Amino acid sequence: MTDYPRPQGWAPMDSPGYGSTAKRHARHPPIAIPHTLTETSAPHFTHPAHADMSVHEGHACMGERIIVGGRVLDEDGRPVSGAMLEIWQANSAGRYHHIRDQHDAPLDPHFGGTARVFADDDGRWSITTIRPGAYPWGNHPKAWRPMHIHFSLHGRGFAQRLVTQMYFPGDPLLPLDPVFNAIPDAAARDLLVARFDLDHAVENWALGYRFDIVLRGRAATPMEDGHAH
Amino acid sequence: MPTSPAQTAGPYWHLIDHPEWADLLRDQPGHPPMTLTGRITDGDDQPCGDAMVELWQAGPDGAHERGFHGFGRCAADTDGVFRFTTTRPGPVPGPGNSLQAPHFTLAIFARGLMHHVTTRAYLTAEPLNEADPILALVPEARRGTMLARLTAPDVWTLDIRLQGADETVFLDI
Repeated sequence: MTDYPRPQGWAPMDSPGYGSTAKRHARHPPIAIPHTLTETSAPHFTHPAHADMSVHEGHACMGERIIVGGRVLDEDGRPVSGAMLEIWQANSAGRYHHIRDQHDAPLDPHFGGTARVFADDDGRWSITTIRPGAYPWGNHPKAWRPMHIHFSLHGRGFAQRLVTQMYFPGDPLLPLDPVFNAIPDAAARDLLVARFDLDHAVENWALGYRFDIVLRGRAATPMEDGHAH
Repeated sequence: MPTSPAQTAGPYWHLIDHPEWADLLRDQPGHPPMTLTGRITDGDDQPCGDAMVELWQAGPDGAHERGFHGFGRCAADTDGVFRFTTTRPGPVPGPGNSLQAPHFTLAIFARGLMHHVTTRAYLTAEPLNEADPILALVPEARRGTMLARLTAPDVWTLDIRLQGADETVFLDI
């Protein structure tokens, strides 16, 4: 059976700097359970991929075009092929194409802000998008979220499920952000900061960033595969 | 390699919502339908109207990855209510020679949740609950928070309380 060590160094559910955690964190610690077929199996998705957020119905959106790509790996550094990445973000002005986002910044009719891609056999994935804007969020005076892109991943076991955010290197808002800094360990926070990477750039077209994502769990050999029997 | 830490899904995750995913029978007809519904509330009993709930379950034969596609996603409405249309799962093999009672795994994501929380919904009065190896790990006084109740024909209800009295049992999976 695949082994998913419990994650270390994640942000505590009660993170006072982030006001919304106050009434939503459980007071009881979670109860550890052994992994069963329920936790080591995962849904298979066959939905179409959509890797280019920078063009909508033939129209280019506003903003600085970038390519973001990387690999989805497990804790042994092996690719998690087939992992589904669902991605969403604000537009270049810092506003989501979402009815509840009323930030006084323009919407871009040519930017929806979502993508869906699947990791290939080597765990690689890539999207084309624009650099998202920062935006205010009311958590504390002059609170602005740093530029970020949301990622949702389904791997090979439901215990690998991950929703996280990718940040940009050198963003002056990063040291001020209670969501990012709720992760206690600097090295763990750094895993969520993409690397500026010309290898992902395309000449005269877009700059590039690399963002590798490591899911819980270790590669299963067919003999160990919990659902093979 | 260290794992990438989780971050909150925030209030705008609906950009990846597909409301039809709450109906697991939409493209696999022929299974007896049932509803699994509930209301998500916070420590002030206020509804969590921005929550995302994901469901993962076995098919009627107890298998997860063959046959029945047992995944669903549902946005809580402004009253914090989620509602899945699905079918009753079969018993699932557990550790050793044990058998797990029919159950649904529920993962909840929301603004204010640094990472998602996971629980299970079992069905009240299911005889296999007595010997379920996971329920046995939960203090008896709190097990009720994982037992859905039959509230109408083929409608099972399990409310989720993120904090406070009758706080839902969350599982460290």
